[in-house]
Amino acid sequence: MEFFRIQRDIPFMRHALIFNVISLLTFLIAVGALGVRGLHLGVDFTGGTVMELKYPQSPNLGQIRDTVARIGFADASVQNFGTSTDVLVRLPVKQGLTSAQLSETVMGELKKLDPAVALQRVEFVGPQVGRELLENGALALLFVSLGIVLYLWLRFEWKFGVAAILANLHDVVIILGFFALFQWEFSLPVLAAVLAVLGYSVNESVVVFDRVREVFRNRRYRAMSVPQVLDHAITATMSRTVITHGSTQLMVLSMMVLGGETLFYFSLALTIGICFGIYSSVLVACPLVMWLGVSSRDLEQPEKKARPEAVV
Amino acid sequence: MNRYPLWKYALIGVILLVGLVYTVPNFFGEVPAVQVSPVRAVLKVDDTLRARVEDILRKANIEPQGIFYDQTGVKARLGDTETQIRAKDALQAALGEDYVVALNLLSNNPEWLAAIGARPMYLGLDLRGGVHFLLQVDMRAALTKKMEAHSNDVRGTLRDKRIQYSGVARDGQSLVVRFRDRAMRDKAVPELEKLLPDLELRTQDDTNEFRVSGTLKQEAVRRTQDYALQQNITTLRNRVNELGVAEPIIQQQGSDRVVVQLPGVQDTAKAKDILGRTATLEVRLLDEEKMDQGSLQAAIAGQVPFGTELFYERNGQPVLVKRQVVLTGDRISDAQPGFDGTTGEPAVHISLDGTGARIFQQVTRDNVGKRMAILLFEKGKGEVVTAPVIRQEIGGGRVQISGRMTTREASDVSLLLRAGALAAPMEIIEERTVGPSLGAENITRGFHSMWFGFGAIAFFMIVYYRTFGVISVVALATNLLLLIALLSMLQATLTLPGIAAIALTLGMAIDANVLINERVREELRNGNSPQAAITTGYDRAWSTILDSNITTLIAGVALFAFGSGPIRGFAVVHCLGILTSMFSAVMVSRALVNLLYGSRKRLANVSIGQVWKPAAQAK
Repeated sequence: MEFFRIQRDIPFMRHALIFNVISLLTFLIAVGALGVRGLHLGVDFTGGTVMELKYPQSPNLGQIRDTVARIGFADASVQNFGTSTDVLVRLPVKQGLTSAQLSETVMGELKKLDPAVALQRVEFVGPQVGRELLENGALALLFVSLGIVLYLWLRFEWKFGVAAILANLHDVVIILGFFALFQWEFSLPVLAAVLAVLGYSVNESVVVFDRVREVFRNRRYRAMSVPQVLDHAITATMSRTVITHGSTQLMVLSMMVLGGETLFYFSLALTIGICFGIYSSVLVACPLVMWLGVSSRDLEQPEKKARPEAVV
Repeated sequence: MNRYPLWKYALIGVILLVGLVYTVPNFFGEVPAVQVSPVRAVLKVDDTLRARVEDILRKANIEPQGIFYDQTGVKARLGDTETQIRAKDALQAALGEDYVVALNLLSNNPEWLAAIGARPMYLGLDLRGGVHFLLQVDMRAALTKKMEAHSNDVRGTLRDKRIQYSGVARDGQSLVVRFRDRAMRDKAVPELEKLLPDLELRTQDDTNEFRVSGTLKQEAVRRTQDYALQQNITTLRNRVNELGVAEPIIQQQGSDRVVVQLPGVQDTAKAKDILGRTATLEVRLLDEEKMDQGSLQAAIAGQVPFGTELFYERNGQPVLVKRQVVLTGDRISDAQPGFDGTTGEPAVHISLDGTGARIFQQVTRDNVGKRMAILLFEKGKGEVVTAPVIRQEIGGGRVQISGRMTTREASDVSLLLRAGALAAPMEIIEERTVGPSLGAENITRGFHSMWFGFGAIAFFMIVYYRTFGVISVVALATNLLLLIALLSMLQATLTLPGIAAIALTLGMAIDANVLINERVREELRNGNSPQAAITTGYDRAWSTILDSNITTLIAGVALFAFGSGPIRGFAVVHCLGILTSMFSAVMVSRALVNLLYGSRKRLANVSIGQVWKPAAQAK
């Protein structure tokens, strides 16, 4: 079986501008969504309490809401979670209330309403912890980006590093944009997924760049122009790109379907990241490299550079 | 031409074998067990205790499947949960309150595997259910307490040396001593320097007032904080022991936080109550007039004389103590084991704060020759920590208890005195509780999604790449094996994000094999012979694999460095998975390819699926 029967190199670079405009538009929409709606941060980052309850029969959510409001949480959110018998109660941080007793108080009141209710999970995060987690997340993002640029700089050339990180950071913004647009909950696992995607889709750029370097250094392709080299590299790695991402996506899909609520948003973030990762690391990073003015001289092997060429 | 030297095969074989040995313990499952651990550090876990436990179980007609001990306690494996509960009751009844008997689950891992360090991974709280608390220690309060103690020392010393001062006050985290004249101030400075080496002293003069102010040196601040944290951890450990949790984790996190994890605990209300409880310490006088044999017997029978209470000393001796409280524990600022200056006997040195010192001086002056008791109240129950005789009037807030004590007892008593109260208040700043059914559900969900994903990838790879696909799948399975082995070796804690990381890593690790297979196909397409295609395919794919894995590794390391809790687990698995994947995808798959094709001289074609050639080149 062979999926990819490509006669000659596909002229991707001819459409470089279109790809980048599409990508810029998506990016702007994502930024817009982030600006207007903002991220729906989970309890990990905002602080507060989440309680997961299980009832033997579908409970009346209105009654639960009233009960919680009576204790002083008019702004609590009460919703079904997965099935109709599972209920998720979110309580915001409240000044001056000791967190420790909070879940017990709520539970006590709810037990009065229906003694059969069972507490499946409680998460309480103090506001200072939430702030720290958010700061650390931002720091991690920063260091991952710096580390990758530095590595690509050492291994290839600065133009590749800059192009790869630009392309991939825009993926991150797009994932965040999706989460803002649909108001999906942004939790710690989602953050982990975002950072994993960053490393993973840089992978993609690296594979293409590796091929670019190889072609530049190969005498057989000396006659090729820079866009032709990039087209050739993308075409040659295309089947690998699709198969690898397909395989990873199979795994992610399986987590999305079978993994339950905790893993759902995690795998959702990965899915968005994988789809945009392919697009951006190939069709955005390569044009960027081209516009940054890469040439075969940038990637020549050191021993060739050492040869005195200028002596005539 | 594609042959590995024998040592490479041998190396791969050895690594796989080791991987297998360390992975296997995860599949034995767990059996119900009971764990007996001593409440106090004084009681040792040794063979005698093991024999005692065995004896008690035998008397209760319970035949344990295995019984052994380690640092944490004596553990006995039992057939089923019913026997487990019976055994717990029998042991608790026979051993009394000095030991905690907890229900536990023990791995069914054979002992020879455990002996070489092959143990199953530890399941995180989100998988086995339990409570996780993060507590923050209020360090300002700890420092304030320390300065409070210092100001008492200053008062005492200046009085002893007959240096007149007009006041000692604590202002925030600094201490200010005021004098009316310069001469006194100058006389005081060297004394204070000698007394308080921890303080940075500064002098300050006004028109009619001369001041010395002291702030804690940076190093002393750190020492105080460390001490406060350690003491809080000790106190927490003592309290958690009461909960009867089999494998509690109480750890320092950062400079001012403590993590408490209680697997299997469902009653969070009780757990919070016990963790947050303040044990109180009281100093009272013994009522020796009423302590004749007859009254004591009557008291034990329930008729306690008016105005007194019956308590027991640690050796079991009953004593009658007056109800009137002389001092409470918050007047005690420190207690340390040491030795008596003159006799050289082991002793406990107690420091009291200013008010405490004044009261203590007065009470000891009036009661020389009598006995006083230091009582520790926990769970609303009092115990006499020690009941020494007052030999003389004690001023200055420095108390020494000595006589009839071993060094061990001295350190034990001072620990109890200190454990009476936390060094600094603590607050729960994070709590995560997971019910056991949710934990079990998380395990199934995690593993199901991993196996389905793995199956789907395997199916596709084999259909698409044929023999090379099979080899890739074997390499991927090896990766899984080695990853689990590595995690078990490190005794990592497996959490749901950890399982997700294993799955994701597998999904990503297949990339290396896809790269190789595509590269080999490409070489074949370019008209290379199969043997040459394998060699160049692997060689060329290697540099790409290396580059792409390093960028992924950078992301993983950053995630580890800045992540917390669940993210950290995810990052560890992710990083390890990348490392194992480089070995399995390249070395193991190459070894298999070499075994299969390498030795054939005239290899016409390899089974890597269809190699399609563009018409233009195939002419």
